[in-house]
Amino acid sequence: MAMPITSQTLRREDHLMASVTPLKTSVELALIAQGASVPALRQPAFERFAAAGLPHRRIEAYHYTDLRALLKDAPPLAKAGALAPSASVWDELDAFIVTIVDGHPTWAQSDELAGVSISLKSDAPDDGLAADSVFPKDGDPVVALNAAFVDHTLHLAVAGGVVIDKPIHLRIVTTGAVSAYGRVVVEIADGAKLTLIETHEGAAGALANSVVEIVVGDDSHFDHMRINLVDPQATLLTTLGGRMGARSTVTSGNFVTGSALSRHQVFLRFEGEGSNATISGASLLKDRQHVDTTLVVDHAVPECVSREHFAHVLDDEATGVFQGKIIVRPHAQQTDGKMMSRAVLLHDGATMNNKPELEIFADDVQCGHGATVGALDDDLLFYLRARGLPKAEAEALMLQAFVGEALEMIPHDGVRETLEAMTEAWLKARG
Amino acid sequence: MLEIRNLHVAIEDGSKKILNGLDLTIHNGEVAAIMGPNGSGKSTLSYVIAGKPDYEILDGEILLDGQNLLDMEPDARAAAGVFLAFQYPLEIPGVATMTFLKAAMNAQSRARGEGELKTPDFMRRVKVGADKLGIPQEMLRRGLNVGFSGGEKKRMEILQMALLEPSIGILDETDSGLDIDALKIVSEGVNALRSADRSFLVITHYQRLLNYIVPDTVHVMSKGRIVKTGGKELALELEANGYADYVSDVAA
Repeated sequence: MAMPITSQTLRREDHLMASVTPLKTSVELALIAQGASVPALRQPAFERFAAAGLPHRRIEAYHYTDLRALLKDAPPLAKAGALAPSASVWDELDAFIVTIVDGHPTWAQSDELAGVSISLKSDAPDDGLAADSVFPKDGDPVVALNAAFVDHTLHLAVAGGVVIDKPIHLRIVTTGAVSAYGRVVVEIADGAKLTLIETHEGAAGALANSVVEIVVGDDSHFDHMRINLVDPQATLLTTLGGRMGARSTVTSGNFVTGSALSRHQVFLRFEGEGSNATISGASLLKDRQHVDTTLVVDHAVPECVSREHFAHVLDDEATGVFQGKIIVRPHAQQTDGKMMSRAVLLHDGATMNNKPELEIFADDVQCGHGATVGALDDDLLFYLRARGLPKAEAEALMLQAFVGEALEMIPHDGVRETLEAMTEAWLKARG
Repeated sequence: MLEIRNLHVAIEDGSKKILNGLDLTIHNGEVAAIMGPNGSGKSTLSYVIAGKPDYEILDGEILLDGQNLLDMEPDARAAAGVFLAFQYPLEIPGVATMTFLKAAMNAQSRARGEGELKTPDFMRRVKVGADKLGIPQEMLRRGLNVGFSGGEKKRMEILQMALLEPSIGILDETDSGLDIDALKIVSEGVNALRSADRSFLVITHYQRLLNYIVPDTVHVMSKGRIVKTGGKELALELEANGYADYVSDVAA
């Protein structure tokens, strides 16, 4: 066990080196050193992180993604002022763009989004300690790290009854080998509707950690997409935390081809009856990429429906992790929850870790989960080849269909079609 | 012309031999039927011609117009003119039937060094073919074979055959699971494709199919070999007397 570091030792940098034990890794030491600049307001979150250090395989939630072993570098904290690269594959989306470049949010002043207020706040972000927090009560280290280092929280608030047709494109960019932290709080008042497309771009060597919190009111609708296209040498940690009111609808579609190492978390809680959530994702991984999807869907009230469907395609020495948990609280009767994780391994060196969990305390519910890992079906492959499709083309068609099952749950046509094209390109590059 | 000479085949791990020196010649324009009891190797023969990888070829050759199919990948065999209508057509969720048909037709055109079909031509050919077989357009938009009945799947196989225009069409127990109306539709579809430069190998347990697709030759298969060859009347004789005579002949 590492010795806990107290706030006193951290406040005095000269004291710091003497106080840490050799059990801290160099990356942990670098992160802790960066913490010297954290203002008092966010010290508690920082101290929580500093005391626990990076999560490792003996911490259950990180068993398959041992950040202490996998995180090789803590690049310096990003400075303000970098500009976002101008071109984006998403330029064709007719969206209102909000960028967070190296942790710093910017957006154009415009009356395009009547009904949405956008602002910056510098209060202490939720790190799981707030009474109504959706983040794990025992403290998620990635969220704590974000809460410690994030500079300003970007607030997006949609007024009651307002339907925003134009999607907001939240473009999160890290421009160099730096650490960057972003935090966004989205509040959708009763009867409102919003689409948020969260895309991640990052340079080689970057360590990006962003958290999006959503509060979805009664009878409101929120479509969310989260797309990881960062450099294959970058690290990306993202978290979505959501609370849903009654009769509300949330979709979250996730897509990953980027990063050397990433973890994408979803913590979603039903707080009002009659609501519906659809969470889907596709990860296409190769080389030595390690990508973790961790999902907790908390049915805290009755009569809510959740669907989770995740697809992994793993080539070379890539590692995929899916941890999905559906919790049904004692009074959450008539819960309907179904979770599926499917993985195709294209190479002997690839690994998939599937951990589906149901935690059910109510007795009148319909819940199920399934997890599969396998190679492509030989009989199906032969059928396609017997119709004249060469092996690579037949495999690509099967994989396109496999990934398509997850992508078709994304309601935004433009995004879905772009992701289908990216899938096709990824499969073509495989050769 | 399809020529099979002295074909010996075992399942891949070599544990069981299925074809034991099979000889068979099918001339251009000929419809040959193979009948035989369960386990005589009929389906294996169809898979081996099409190139299914689960088998070990111990000896022999399969020539299509002089080309040795056994040296070719399954997709190359398809482009060379082999079409196997599967006994159990597979379902491919997420791949729209239209997308699949276009991919297959274009892949074969490319392999033969021909240009790809233009979309309007492709659409028209599919529509004409589907109408003839009573396949609604709505089915073509669905995932290939997903949620199709047994009869619909078989009709889809025949549509694929019509579009891909093979030089040899192999029907592996296409009559299994078909009611009499579906059997007629499928048979009419096959008969419409009969031509002087296209041959068929029709594999079936029962004579009934051969009332609709009338063969030029009938071959009896038992224990991995052709044990008797005759005209269409041989099928009627088998229907009356069963396979017992032939099975015991070979065992001797």
